[in-house]
Amino acid sequence: MVLKAFFPTCCVSVDSGLLVGRWVPEHSSAVVLAVLHFPFIPIQVKQLLAQVRQASQVGVAVLGTWCHCRQEPEESLGRFLEGLGAVFPHEPWLQLCRERGGTFWRCEVTHRQAPAAPSAPGEDQVMLIFYDQRQVLLSQLHPPTVLPDCQAGATPASTGGLAVVFDTVARSEVLFRSDRFDEGPVRLSHWQSEGVEASILVELARRASGPVCLLLASLLSLVSAVGACRVFRLWPLSFLGSKLSTCEQLRHRLEHLTLIFSTRKAENSAQLMRKANTVASVLLDVALGLTLLSWLHGRSRIGHLADALVPVADHVAEELQHLLQWLMGAPAGLKMNRALDQVLGRFFLYHIHLWISYIHLMSPFVEHILWHVGLSACLGLTVALSLLSDIIALLTFHIYCFYVYGARLYCLKIHGLSSLWRLFRGKKWNVLRQRVDSCSYDLDQLFIGTLLFTILLFLLPTTALYYLVFTLLRLLVVAVQGLIHLLVDLINSLPLYSLGLRLCRPYRLAAGVKFRVLQHEAGRPLRLLMQINPLPYSRVMHTYRLPSCGCHPKDSWGALCRKLFFGELIYPWRQRGDKQD
Amino acid sequence: MEDERSFSDICGGRLALQRRYYSPSCREFCLSCPRLSLRSLTAVTCTVWLAAYGLFTLCENSMILSAAIFITLLGLLGYLHFVKIDQETLLIIDSLGIQMTSSYASGKESTTFIEMGKVKDIVINEAIYMKVIYYLCILLKDPVEPHRISQVVPVFQFQGTCARCAGFYIEMGFLHAGQAGLELLASCDSPASASPSAGITGMRGSTLLPLLCTHGREQHT
Repeated sequence: MVLKAFFPTCCVSVDSGLLVGRWVPEHSSAVVLAVLHFPFIPIQVKQLLAQVRQASQVGVAVLGTWCHCRQEPEESLGRFLEGLGAVFPHEPWLQLCRERGGTFWRCEVTHRQAPAAPSAPGEDQVMLIFYDQRQVLLSQLHPPTVLPDCQAGATPASTGGLAVVFDTVARSEVLFRSDRFDEGPVRLSHWQSEGVEASILVELARRASGPVCLLLASLLSLVSAVGACRVFRLWPLSFLGSKLSTCEQLRHRLEHLTLIFSTRKAENSAQLMRKANTVASVLLDVALGLTLLSWLHGRSRIGHLADALVPVADHVAEELQHLLQWLMGAPAGLKMNRALDQVLGRFFLYHIHLWISYIHLMSPFVEHILWHVGLSACLGLTVALSLLSDIIALLTFHIYCFYVYGARLYCLKIHGLSSLWRLFRGKKWNVLRQRVDSCSYDLDQLFIGTLLFTILLFLLPTTALYYLVFTLLRLLVVAVQGLIHLLVDLINSLPLYSLGLRLCRPYRLAAGVKFRVLQHEAGRPLRLLMQINPLPYSRVMHTYRLPSCGCHPKDSWGALCRKLFFGELIYPWRQRGDKQD
Repeated sequence: MEDERSFSDICGGRLALQRRYYSPSCREFCLSCPRLSLRSLTAVTCTVWLAAYGLFTLCENSMILSAAIFITLLGLLGYLHFVKIDQETLLIIDSLGIQMTSSYASGKESTTFIEMGKVKDIVINEAIYMKVIYYLCILLKDPVEPHRISQVVPVFQFQGTCARCAGFYIEMGFLHAGQAGLELLASCDSPASASPSAGITGMRGSTLLPLLCTHGREQHT
């Protein structure tokens, strides 16, 4: 196998020294982590490496020598470098050499022991792969390869060679903690040797987050304890709580806030990203909500809205009355059964009359209600949108009632018709065996059955038309509510932090690597530049999407059409834990 | 070392294959497609604008003309950035992996790197697209069960590069139809019939990769 030497780009122009890193024998690759400069005392170097090995569980050792000088190394330097190979025994021993300011590299590999099998020609070729240490340290491969917590050097051969390189660099953070301003026994060059990266704001936030999280976590636990108390389990409140989408959304946000302010540290990077995405989502929500609030409360828009609300409700009721008058006449040229028509039409007209009276009763209080509802926008735009959806549901309650009446009537009719149709043919539905069996009826049973069948059949168009009209209206309202829910879901589940990270720091989320061949000369070792290949946006969304409320339509289109045909009631937004109707 | 040959693809367009030999363990194959022709661009633009002008004379609304310009620009940008591929490159690095890069006309590059440990085999597969064509593909190992194949990745996916003749693959070095050719084919343990013209069915390629390198060495040393 070709020997691969991973060399950090930050060490390309440093002075001569020793190469410190890890040798992975299964992939025949040497990962160089730092360069140790002359002068040094070998005992101290060995102590430092033993400390690093213990702290990071990575098999760090001296891999070879690095020579960066003006001309060819002289005889004495050459012998000195070879002598170092005896002080720090390592198999194989690498000797990298570069002319100062030149682009020509040389690399020699010395094997102390003779190889067990005779090597094929070109066996001892070396490939130099340059990598950006900072990017490789901070990046995260997707899908994450789980490397077990292992002893120094033991890696399962089945994991890819590149995952091992990433893992080695990430776990050797201990080695990178000292910079050139530290007065330590050895002088190392790595990506942080010009000065350790840190930020005052991050440190302050880290110190402050402890007590703040504790305080907020206790507050939130108080709120959830209040919410879980027995009063809310009693019938009217629990029913309302399960039907209103505002309560569902508030519960969802409470869960999010508990996750953010929990005092447990995130165990792995996936949990950390989840926390960060939740924080970003909550912040976006609150920011949008406050914008909405300022827009609503400015220039007395609430007054305008309140003034417009009652006339709109009146207008809707008037249109419904016209529709019912139309149905009671000869709608689309169809001839209805006059008696049933009149009964149904007058029943529904009475409902509308009741509804309008209630709206007019409420009209003095509408502005105050809207003002307080507008205040809820400071809890977040999603809460305001859920409230809007609930208000629409309340305002169109009469359409919902009409739909239920029409659907029940139609359903009864269809069941009656199908059972009497079976009687016509001399069959019966066997409930015990759940199938259609033949049955012999008496003459009077047949007579009554046929009469009823005829009556139901001739009344079918009227009922079907009412059912059709009110189902369409109900579907319209459901579609509007559905759009609002979609928007709320989008804000809830968008992984804003991950998307921002992918935009601004693409090397953090890596799908893999890519190589570029650098200028090559015959007889010199092959030089490659390894760069991080960032994750595409679609995969970022897919991997880091936050779990949404779970209020998705459960029925497929086919099942929906079947339910509509048979007159079964449709509940498109079945909440979690709802019982079947 | 570089050299260049041209071929034609299934639609009759010209393709140019460039081979670069960096070292005994690294080779690059670069397939370039003809650039966007001015003629087709002018034709499409004229059609769209004539249609827009026709609508404008019907509706007397000047928004249609600005919308047509907008659509043409957006469509052209979208085509250059997402559809039109200028060049596809295959870089093979011994004991590291295989890298496939597609560069689009707008400069965007999308790269995939497959590590050598994941490659189970490289085969030449045949497909039927109005006539029999050949394409090279990489078989990936299943991480859970090493004997199964998890994915088939075609090399040079986008260009309709299924060359009409196997001469394409001869040039890439996979088949050597010269004097030593039949010896090489005979040395692989493949049950397929070893004819250099259109009769190759799924030649097993477990020796394809070193075959690539040894062929290179013979030619260039």
